[in-house]
Amino acid sequence: MNEHEQEHTLSYRFLGMILLGLVLLTAVTVAVSYRHWGFLNVPIALFVASSKATLVLLFFMHIKYEGMVIKVSFISTVVVLAIMISFTFWDVAFR
Amino acid sequence: MEQVKSFYETPSPPGLTGIKAWLLTHDHKRLALMYLWVVMFWLVLAIFIGLALRLELMFIGETIMPPEIYNSFFTLHGVIMIFLFVIPAIPAIFGNFFLPIQIGADDVFFPRLNLFSWYLYVIGGLTAIVSLFTGDGFADTGWTFYVPFSITTETNVSLTVTAAFILGMSSMLTGLNFVTTVHRMRVKGMGWMQIPLFTWSLYATAWVQILATPVVSITLVLVVLERFLHIGLFDPDKGGDPLLYQHLFWMYSHPAVYIMILPGMGVISEIIPVFSRKAIFGYKGIVVSSMAIAIAGSLVWAHHMYTSGMSDVSVFVFSLLTFLVAIPTAVKVFSWVSTMYKGSILMTPPLLLALLFIYLFSVGGLTGLVLGAAGTDIHVHDTQFVVAHFHFTMFGGTGFAFFAALHYWWPKMFGIMYDFKKAYIGSVLTAVGFIFHYVPMLILGLQGMPRRYFDYLPQFETGNFLAGFGGFLMVAGLMLMFVNLWSSFRQRVQASDDPWGGTTLEWKVPSPPPLHNFVEIPNVMEYPYDFSEVLSKAAQNRG
Repeated sequence: MNEHEQEHTLSYRFLGMILLGLVLLTAVTVAVSYRHWGFLNVPIALFVASSKATLVLLFFMHIKYEGMVIKVSFISTVVVLAIMISFTFWDVAFR
Repeated sequence: MEQVKSFYETPSPPGLTGIKAWLLTHDHKRLALMYLWVVMFWLVLAIFIGLALRLELMFIGETIMPPEIYNSFFTLHGVIMIFLFVIPAIPAIFGNFFLPIQIGADDVFFPRLNLFSWYLYVIGGLTAIVSLFTGDGFADTGWTFYVPFSITTETNVSLTVTAAFILGMSSMLTGLNFVTTVHRMRVKGMGWMQIPLFTWSLYATAWVQILATPVVSITLVLVVLERFLHIGLFDPDKGGDPLLYQHLFWMYSHPAVYIMILPGMGVISEIIPVFSRKAIFGYKGIVVSSMAIAIAGSLVWAHHMYTSGMSDVSVFVFSLLTFLVAIPTAVKVFSWVSTMYKGSILMTPPLLLALLFIYLFSVGGLTGLVLGAAGTDIHVHDTQFVVAHFHFTMFGGTGFAFFAALHYWWPKMFGIMYDFKKAYIGSVLTAVGFIFHYVPMLILGLQGMPRRYFDYLPQFETGNFLAGFGGFLMVAGLMLMFVNLWSSFRQRVQASDDPWGGTTLEWKVPSPPPLHNFVEIPNVMEYPYDFSEVLSKAAQNRG
């Protein structure tokens, strides 16, 4: 059942680089907040936040190295959350 | 089959004796029985609270309780029945006991987590009891805890929702355990299309438990935060939105009705082929419909909110989606009926209860269409019609499936058989009482009698009296059913390993099963409902 999973140990150096990436992306969030981007304000903030979440999930939570079952399970939860939020807008956007 | 020690005689972990062998057990079967007794306690309590409510409504004006107690009683009845009986009953009792056996495993994947889930369940129940006697009394909001009332009422809402939060955690962990067990512990040779349908239904349910329960947990936390910190999430004066609560609540609580019904459908899918001596019609169709119900059922939550001021677009979309859920549900009903067609029917108490399920649940499903259609819903929203509808689905459906499961698996769990005659009388009495109880409520609702009202206009008196009369009949039937099962411990009529002629793996092990379930590695059949061997054995016995 777990033949697709890889044995893996990530080095401190590699994890440190991921951490550095997260810090840099946080700096980007702070930096862009100093300038008004109009309509793009929210998309930019969400893009940076999603990138950070992706790094954490892939490397700190080891999703990158898991089998297909775990990956599909995880993606399902994201899809459910997206549906719940987007379906609520059938109400909020048309009231 | 050679004599082996049953799980009753072999504690797990080894060395534990007496009450410790139960309270610290890792064995899924012992845990299932621990759930059974606690669930039965709550069920009987909630039945009598419900009966007290019906007695109050039997006659116009105050009969046995004042309005404040009435409000708390219907909340208590709802909270106990939903969170402590209907949601956990079939998965926690029969799922825990039979899911590992049906897939050829010796336990669930996380036995200790399983024990922890039981403790959470018990703690959640105890918290509900504590909330009865502390603060200003038990919540009077109904089991839905709608804002703004739930954040302004003086009653003990905070502790009651805390109980629901803890129970949600228990349910989620059980779901997690089941998903992992099905993926990781199937015996070699058991592919996805060899899994029995009860296990399939639990698998579909478990996904809903995992994905939807966190939403209600967070929502209930928000109610507590609102009560103490007045943040204004649901308060328009502070930029909040009261409908947000309803969206969040029903995002879980509508999928929750599928958590409640899917395992029941799984039970019926086991019973019908066994007593028809015929392979189930449309195995793959039932598997797909279970998953389709789990998915589609998660997309229809706002059909509870047609009259709450939601946008018309939303009403349209959710009404459409609601009708889609009827398709996979109907696939199951057609499959059960088609399985019996030209089958060799053997009438037994589990089959009778399964047939009653199909009838009562179908009425529940069809009355649901009246509520799913936005036009008709507006007329019957928040009336007795709604109460009758969900009792038809949740009690006529899940309740009867639970009783069917009790009668079907009782000989396997305890190794003893019960009295058939009393079981038949109890089942029929319950069903007749059920119809007397809830059909008048459907009519009362169509006539305009609101739900949750303490008193009513004189034109509703006959209907309420009849409903009360039906309630007494129903409770008498239920008590006969339970006493009959309980008496089997006294009479101790030994049951064989396979008293019904079942084909799934639980019927290949001793009754009651040994600690690790299987004495030898089980042989997985190509198709789990192949009755050719059972029929040839029966022919040999006749010959």
